[in-house]
Amino acid sequence: MDFAFSEEQDMLRAAAKDWLADRYPADRVAALADGDGRDPGVWRELTELGWLDPELDLLELAVLAEEAGYALLPAPWFSSVALAAPVLGGPPAVPPTLAWIDDAAGSLREAAGTVAVRCDHAVDGCRLTGVKRAVPDAAYAEAAVVVAQDHDRVALYRVELAAHPETVHPLTVVDGTRRIGELRLDGTPAERLDVDPGPALAAVRRRALALLACEAAGVAQRALDLAVEHARSRTQFDRPIGSYQGVSHRLADAYTALALARSLAYRAAWCVATDDPAAEEAVSSAAVAAARASVGGCESAIQALGGIGFTWDHPLHRYYKRAQWIAAFDGSPSRHRADLAALILG
Amino acid sequence: MDFRDSPDEAAFRADLRAWLAAELPDDWADREPHVGRWDFAAAKRWTRALFDAGYAGLTWPKEYGGAGLSPNHQAIYLEETARVDAPDHVGVIGLGMAGPTIIAHGTPEQKAAHLRGILSGDTIFCQGFSEPGSGSDLASVRTRAERDGADFVVNGQKVWSSYAHVADFCILLTRSEAGSQKHRGLTYLLVDMHTPGVEVRPLRQITGDPEFNEVFFTDVRVPVSSVVGEVGGGWQVAMTTLLHERGTLGFALTARLEALFGRLVTTARKTGAATDPLVRDRIADLYVDLQGLRFTNYRALTALVRTGVPGPEGSVAKLHWSEANQRLTALAVELLGPEGQLSGEGGFWGGYWQYQQLRSRGNTIEAGTSEILRNIVAERVLGLPRSR
Ligand SMILES: Cc1cc2nc3c(=O)[nH]c(=O)nc-3n(C[C@H](O)[C@H](O)[C@H](O)COP(=O)(O)OP(=O)(O)OC[C@H]3O[C@@H](n4cnc5c(N)ncnc54)[C@H](O)[C@@H]3O)c2cc1C
Repeated sequence: MDFAFSEEQDMLRAAAKDWLADRYPADRVAALADGDGRDPGVWRELTELGWLDPELDLLELAVLAEEAGYALLPAPWFSSVALAAPVLGGPPAVPPTLAWIDDAAGSLREAAGTVAVRCDHAVDGCRLTGVKRAVPDAAYAEAAVVVAQDHDRVALYRVELAAHPETVHPLTVVDGTRRIGELRLDGTPAERLDVDPGPALAAVRRRALALLACEAAGVAQRALDLAVEHARSRTQFDRPIGSYQGVSHRLADAYTALALARSLAYRAAWCVATDDPAAEEAVSSAAVAAARASVGGCESAIQALGGIGFTWDHPLHRYYKRAQWIAAFDGSPSRHRADLAALILG
Repeated sequence: MDFRDSPDEAAFRADLRAWLAAELPDDWADREPHVGRWDFAAAKRWTRALFDAGYAGLTWPKEYGGAGLSPNHQAIYLEETARVDAPDHVGVIGLGMAGPTIIAHGTPEQKAAHLRGILSGDTIFCQGFSEPGSGSDLASVRTRAERDGADFVVNGQKVWSSYAHVADFCILLTRSEAGSQKHRGLTYLLVDMHTPGVEVRPLRQITGDPEFNEVFFTDVRVPVSSVVGEVGGGWQVAMTTLLHERGTLGFALTARLEALFGRLVTTARKTGAATDPLVRDRIADLYVDLQGLRFTNYRALTALVRTGVPGPEGSVAKLHWSEANQRLTALAVELLGPEGQLSGEGGFWGGYWQYQQLRSRGNTIEAGTSEILRNIVAERVLGLPRSR
């Protein structure tokens, strides 16, 4: 039994923290979130820093994901390392994403069965038709792995979004730092990937849930830090508000939820990394705890800040929205609890 | 990071499993869970067997009769014994609080006099901290200890002292400096409960069990050699006791919660509630609580093994466990419906859940109320200003 990161992993964390704090101060994140969301150059920088190195194991990615959550990294890193790159294999040359949701499939599991987007075979290759929804970083990505129906089974295809910009439809979204959009495919050329979709999508799901749980821990930590800072400095009735138990006990509960969620997030990453038999249970447990700690933690922080926490100007709402993004990924906490109940009770 | 046992830990676990299988009766696994507290004499016999096999005081140094093993081994012990619902070591307070405090602050004579007896179950300790006027505000204790020659003379009253009715010794927090305030002027004593002037009156708890007591001290003579730490320095010693009470308890409690969770699942199946989606959702939610506690304890444990001090995340263990335990046992009773009103014959498992549920209400009061623990997290972990 040894439940701590290694010295190298701790060094990776420290370096990531420094770079993120320097590259993405709150006002820069706000400008990006309120603008078009694109930060040219960051992809190359992430590549140079090694964040996209296919050699990174899941525990190292877990460390980066947590720090990315703390800084609200507004770059298409998650969609690449968690969703698309493992399917494509090798280091991604351009930002890739994964498109799995459509009228017939609402989740990664369903997408491994049947999807609505279909593949037609033309003389010069495959062509995809149909609408893929809720595609992470759709407007940022230059390539997409698309799950499509080929007669009676699904297969995975690569679409060059950069060559077919007309397929990409950005939508109005809640979280401006990780936008989802639609791919409207209409006989769009695609290259079929030589991967078995069932196991590939199951692996993506586990990996994504583990990394998002770590990211949620970072989000929750930042919200708690902002709340604690405020509760120490803000005075009402001649006392710092953090001395009132109505404030402090709620923050103590937020800390508790975060401590539990963080433990489960790390453990999920380890289980997925080592292909542990408990991996399915571990990612579901981590996802439930992560949503509680991050969405609930942000809500407690907003309350502790009072009016200022309710403004667009204060960064807190951006964390809240990211927490909600994470909680909504591929299901919901109640969906994950139903999965857990099936494992426990049959 | 690696959650698997090291070869050494795996061997320890295997040996312990084999030992438990050999020691526990053959039909142990199939019996209904035990209702209420263990019979004292039986618990003493079990403790002696643990001691003889070297399973008492796993983390205590060898020179004091312990096994000198790492906290990881202790965690394995707690998991394995909870898994088969083995009885606990009879000396909860001695093993978990008095012993570690004596190891940290005691004189060589005190160590020689008490530690071995705590491990073997021959010496039972109780804790005399709370008083009618001093609960959460422990530093306000008023039980007096006045110096008279080679003795302190103790007068006052303690309350809620668990096991005082069966105890041989008491760790007693007293005020030895008349007129002193708060944390100053306190002295920590090891008091022989058989000394003239000590009177124990059992108090019946919400469960019906007389588990805790009032203890009256009238001109009780305690030799100066029974002072732990410095005269007037009792507060620091008491803090060591509380640290162990709240800190190292986390693992034992979580291991027990895991066993209870298994019984909740059995109960849900037996009552037919296991197919109810709302019940399934609550069971899954409790499972996440349980897993969160387990792995947070592991994280605190690794910090302890690596650095010698438990990580701050450990401070939430007792707080969260107590509330999860209350939710779990309340759900179990709810699943029984009207039958949940039968606490003996004819009741589900003879009233097992009713006892557990009622007992769980004490969990958020004993060993620091949840409000006090939240204050501690807020002030010491988060660095928020004091609430008082
Ligand atoms: C089952 C059980 C076993 C016990 N065993 C022992 C034992 O062996 N030895 C021993 O010495 N004691 C023992 N105790 C006593 C226990 O430590 C005290 O009950 C506890 O410290 C609370 O003290 P009190 O009962 O005086 O309540 P109080 O301190 O009066 O508290 C009453 C309520 O006020 C709240 N409160 C108090 N101060 C604050 C504050 N600053 N901020 C917010 N809320 C506050 C409390 O949280 C609680 O809800 C035991 C208690 C129980 C229930």
